[in-house]
Amino acid sequence: MTLKLKQSEFEILRDENKCISCEVCVRQCSNDVHEFDADSSAVSSESLNCVGCHRCEALCPTGAIKVKKRDLEFKENFNWSADQIKNIYRQAESGGVLLTGMGSDRPHTVYWDHLLLNAAQVTNPSIDPLREPMEIKTFIRGKPDSIKIKKSGSGSFKLEGRIPPHLELETPILFSAMSYGSISYNTCKSLAAAASESGTLYNTGEGGLHRKLYEYAGNTIVQVASGRFGVDKEYLSKAAAIEIKIGQGAKPGIGGHLPGEKVTFDISSTRMIPEGTDAISPAPHHDIYSIEDLKQLIFALKEAIDYTKPVGVKVSAVHNIAPIASGIVRAGADFIAIDGFRGGTGAAPQVIRDNVGIPVELALASVDTRLREEGIRHRSSLIVGGSIRSSSDVVKAIALGADAVYIATAALVAMGCHLCQKCYTGKCNWGIATQDPYLTKRLNPEIGIRRLKGLLHAWSLEIKEMLGGAGINAIESLRGNREHLRGINLSERELSILGIKHAGEAW
Amino acid sequence: MLEKHGREGRYCLKRIYINEEYCIGCRLCEIYCQVKHSKSKKILKAFKKELPDMISRVLVEEIGCNSFAIQCRHCSDAPCVEACISGAMTKNPNTGVVNCDEEKCVGCWSCIMVCPYGVIKRDLSAKKAASKCDLCFDEEIPVCVKNCPNEALKYLDIKIKKD
Repeated sequence: MTLKLKQSEFEILRDENKCISCEVCVRQCSNDVHEFDADSSAVSSESLNCVGCHRCEALCPTGAIKVKKRDLEFKENFNWSADQIKNIYRQAESGGVLLTGMGSDRPHTVYWDHLLLNAAQVTNPSIDPLREPMEIKTFIRGKPDSIKIKKSGSGSFKLEGRIPPHLELETPILFSAMSYGSISYNTCKSLAAAASESGTLYNTGEGGLHRKLYEYAGNTIVQVASGRFGVDKEYLSKAAAIEIKIGQGAKPGIGGHLPGEKVTFDISSTRMIPEGTDAISPAPHHDIYSIEDLKQLIFALKEAIDYTKPVGVKVSAVHNIAPIASGIVRAGADFIAIDGFRGGTGAAPQVIRDNVGIPVELALASVDTRLREEGIRHRSSLIVGGSIRSSSDVVKAIALGADAVYIATAALVAMGCHLCQKCYTGKCNWGIATQDPYLTKRLNPEIGIRRLKGLLHAWSLEIKEMLGGAGINAIESLRGNREHLRGINLSERELSILGIKHAGEAW
Repeated sequence: MLEKHGREGRYCLKRIYINEEYCIGCRLCEIYCQVKHSKSKKILKAFKKELPDMISRVLVEEIGCNSFAIQCRHCSDAPCVEACISGAMTKNPNTGVVNCDEEKCVGCWSCIMVCPYGVIKRDLSAKKAASKCDLCFDEEIPVCVKNCPNEALKYLDIKIKKD
């Protein structure tokens, strides 16, 4: 008998009066929690391996199963919480870095929840978006410092010179980077097709672009990350924009590691690495040690695509994000993606995810302010991500200065993800973060596409409602308009960083 | 004939199509089919009281990670109709639906032997009749299709092959 310190996180309550022993739960659980005993023809559950993904509960035809959080089993201690103790048990046993998935679940301040939006009353009329046109079309691009207009002989005006390439989005929401490898092909396909049908873009992440997804080239942002997986001329040509990934909100300063078992034939050919080998993304780009080096890569990529597409840079929100962003703009990036520290991941060391980086709200406000002060805000668009949970988060982000937002966790949740944070195990019961052929089938792209489109449509409608209520008929008028925001329960310092007034303060 | 086999006053020109790529092998189709063809039509009552007598008319076939749910294909040249000795198995000339009249069925099970898909089963409770998919004629959508969580079964208009 070995000493077992691992404890069940969940309790599985099976109502025997309702259980019909149909074994659906047994077949659906990839963690072997449920078991059918032929002798007694009854199903029983061993909760030790339960991850709380609620797949069994969702598919049980009689509602016999309930997965509940197990009550605190340790003596109450404010300093030594159950999580701290359990982590130490796990670590002492494995001797390794604790891995986790999805965004941080720590109770740090969510600034979106401390921001309130404005509405029009008396002095300016609100607008009904169902009756009046409402513009939420968004452009992602670097704008020139000035434009020259030439008057032609016939009296008409013509723009002189070349306008930089841009992206045109029907809604200010893009699907953030998730690589093929960390998520299944069906998930990638759902994102790609939903983006294409909704007039927005998805991001391939760093894992290359599957050939079958070339048809969505016009709605693809391809990523060039430190591992350079799958990057070649063709990859760059099958995209609407290119993003250089420097960092990820959930794990700033940390590279990636896709274990060899997950590098199947399809993934190996997409990533352009041998089958079964570990796919290691180094922590830094080994050719980028300064803004000047970044500029070289940006222009090398721009050269490769003949200056036809925007090239952006994705960084995670860290302490000095404002000067870093300033450098990135000066290096020639057409857009900057800032990933906040609550941003998701397929696998990250828990200690990094929960302790490194800063919230995206503060990063966004300070970057936008800094770029405006320096007079270079127009040169790059800002896309922010890292836990955008609802349409109100989108509106608040835009009012704080973002051009558009990146969503990834929200998109996965729309497809069934229950945030069990076990993406790194590859056993995703919802068929999202897995390559197991038994599990990947569980996400039918037809359903995935429909649900993602539904989410984008719903959020777009809500954004229009909020704009209309504030008396604005174009999202362009809200962008960086912090007068539409008021803070609540925030300190003087937080308000000054966010650049907003406290609720109750008028002009 | 139409009233019996077709959907109230409508021609039944729809069939169940299998999308095996997305069958997740949960067998919920089988469970709901059993309930639909049970006496009580209630899932708990049916499974608690009628279990040994309940037959699913849809079958999930599984090899490794590949699986699909199959039920009567309502073949255009249905061999079961040819083989039936009592005239119980008939093909509706208007709708093409193959149906087994359980009153007429004598339980010789010739149909089971000739069915190329193995989707006709013995109905042991009735001791003689053969049990097969009736496309849930009194439902808008067959229950197996309606309850498939991954839309691996679809109820669509008959695909007409063009020569």
